[in-house]
Amino acid sequence: MAEKTVTKLHREPLFHIVKRDDMVWWKAWGIRAITIVVSIFVMVFISSLLTGKGMIQTFEIMYRGVFGRIETGSFKMLFKYFEEVAILLCLALALTPAFKMKFWNCGAEGQALMGGLGAMVCMIELEGKLPLAVLIPIIAVVSIICGAVWGVIPAIFKAFFDTNETLFTLMMNYIATQIIAYYVYIKGGGSNVIQPVEAGIAPSTGNAHYFINAGIVAVLTLVVYIYLKYSKHGYEISVVGESQNTARYIGINVKKVIIRTMLISGAVCGIAGMLIVSGIDHSIRTASVGGQGFTAIMMAWLGQCNPFITLIMTAIIVFLNTGAGKVADSCHLNSAFADIFVGIVILCVVGCEFFIKYSVKIRGARKGNKE
Amino acid sequence: MKRILAVLLAAMMVFAFVACSPAEGSKDLKVGFIFLHDENSTYDLNFINAAKEACQKMGVEYVQKTQIPESNDCYTAAVELIESDGCTLIFADSFGHESFLMKAAAEYPDVEFCHATGTQAHTSELKNFHNAFASIYEGRFLAGVAAGMKLNEMIAAGQFTAEEAKMGYVGAFTFAEVMSGYTSFYLGAKSVCPTVTMDVKFTGSWYNEQLEKEAAQALINGGCKLISQHADSMGAPTACETAGVPNVSYNGSTLSACPNTFIVSSRINWVPYFEYIIDCVLNDKEIATDWTGTIETGSVVLTDVNTAVAAEGTVEKLADVKAALLDGSINVFDTANFTIGGETVTSYKADVDTDANYEKDTEVVENGVFYESKYRSAPYFDARIDGITLLDENYG
Repeated sequence: MAEKTVTKLHREPLFHIVKRDDMVWWKAWGIRAITIVVSIFVMVFISSLLTGKGMIQTFEIMYRGVFGRIETGSFKMLFKYFEEVAILLCLALALTPAFKMKFWNCGAEGQALMGGLGAMVCMIELEGKLPLAVLIPIIAVVSIICGAVWGVIPAIFKAFFDTNETLFTLMMNYIATQIIAYYVYIKGGGSNVIQPVEAGIAPSTGNAHYFINAGIVAVLTLVVYIYLKYSKHGYEISVVGESQNTARYIGINVKKVIIRTMLISGAVCGIAGMLIVSGIDHSIRTASVGGQGFTAIMMAWLGQCNPFITLIMTAIIVFLNTGAGKVADSCHLNSAFADIFVGIVILCVVGCEFFIKYSVKIRGARKGNKE
Repeated sequence: MKRILAVLLAAMMVFAFVACSPAEGSKDLKVGFIFLHDENSTYDLNFINAAKEACQKMGVEYVQKTQIPESNDCYTAAVELIESDGCTLIFADSFGHESFLMKAAAEYPDVEFCHATGTQAHTSELKNFHNAFASIYEGRFLAGVAAGMKLNEMIAAGQFTAEEAKMGYVGAFTFAEVMSGYTSFYLGAKSVCPTVTMDVKFTGSWYNEQLEKEAAQALINGGCKLISQHADSMGAPTACETAGVPNVSYNGSTLSACPNTFIVSSRINWVPYFEYIIDCVLNDKEIATDWTGTIETGSVVLTDVNTAVAAEGTVEKLADVKAALLDGSINVFDTANFTIGGETVTSYKADVDTDANYEKDTEVVENGVFYESKYRSAPYFDARIDGITLLDENYG
């Protein structure tokens, strides 16, 4: 018995995992790109197995679902796509500074909801009492403050008591959801739905809100990029992210940086909430953000703290989500199909990170080839 | 590894090119359906099945969007159905969808919009927005007759006295739609079992399995001998099955889950309405602003009676009562059959036209009959008649 164990111990395992040296950037991005393309193809293949439609036809349905009938001169769906990308991107942008600081803010959902609540309260209470030119700045300021407050609470606890920020921000989401539920209960009356309010940063009908929302986020993308790359704050964030001891050694006030960064993160979430509530829905409910706050975590992470890569990732994911939703609708699959589709693609991309960081050596195969 | 990949890729290619057949459907109409939940809700399942059946029968293509909440998402869903699928007829199934559907209707005057259970089409300016409902109170009345007969059978068997004959009803909200339903159910039972009374509990939700189960259990504990419900989950029927209490269901048969307690179920069959609107659009006819389906149009139907549970002769009796409803010799809300505060009703103002103050605007009692669904398709009977006790109230 003992002998056997000994031989087993000495036997080389079937495969072992070796940490790679840093991969060249183009190689790493090549792997990611191939993973995305292959996983999309596999999912489209599975879709066509489920629906009996061909793969090209499936792609066509997805394309139609996202862009509509552009050839007939109707660009509404395209604009809507831009807007959806903008909202998700805005949430991901909010998380980017925090993630760069290695502060895992999982509370975008709640922070955006609170920002939206701020906007909603202003819209309901001040509608008709103030001209739009005065109301809009008030909405903006209130929702930014609401989002920032919701973001800074976990940061303060992290800075002074070293609490776990992942759990803290996550729990804050549920509190926010319940506050919204209560607000809807008070204001909704019999139907438990707040009827849309006319006032807001953009009219609810027509095409203007698509441009206003997308425009605001486009500017925000540039601002976040410059802030992280060229400002002193951005430098401090990356130092704190790399090593808090180094940061302290070179005289950075770590507590201050954590709190300041989360104020910004929460504030941008607040903006996202404002865009949803006062730019699109003109009403609020617990599902206003609709889980996008969680998808944004993936987007910010996949974007590697670069707003422009985040933009590309967001554009791909929103396309897939809308497109897969359309496949589900027109082939009468369950609406959860879109979530499964996107979920698997994201899972593949996350999985490929493993192969970028590590390599798998199989026993016996190409022995001595590499070492 | 490479070989597997190559085979897989080849398979994908074959699939891509071979399966490219043109979409079926002959006529140049695509219908878009917007549903509040998905197949797991009995309410939506009833619509989903009807959509499929009607569109297949009429040979038109359709697209359905499920899980669409009563929010701006409904407007977005309508826009998407029009813009990306090219639908020219849109239907939504939930009461709260109405205002958002009207917003889309205003924006797309060339597209027809139909909405079940809504109340605003008959007062709205929009020519392309239509409401529809069915006289489901007639179906509930029939189901009530089956319930009354079961009670009679249990009384005759000595399980309880005639005075103890009490039914329980699990309602969603204290709205006219639910009140009209339980009142007609009660009147149906009373028409064969004159001593019957009824307790009603509200859950405050159209779909909450746990709450519906608890409400049914509470009613059973309170001495109710038979349960019916107007909420969309399996909560009440399964509670009845566990407790061994007979159940009259709604929206569709629950026979498979509750073989020992299910008696019969009433439901609205939406196929006739869907066929009607599709036919209107195909042949350039005007769609009625406010359409009420009846037993006659085939919109109000009962499922097969579960003879293992129902009283003997139920099937024959239901056929007789149905015939009487059809020829007009029975009116469900005949004022001779119920009293409010001990008095017979001679006049009743109902809130027919939607306004912010819920103003009671229309006289609905004529010739000794409360005319439900006459002035608009959606129910407006919200009187509280003697014999029914509301254990609680819930307006959401």
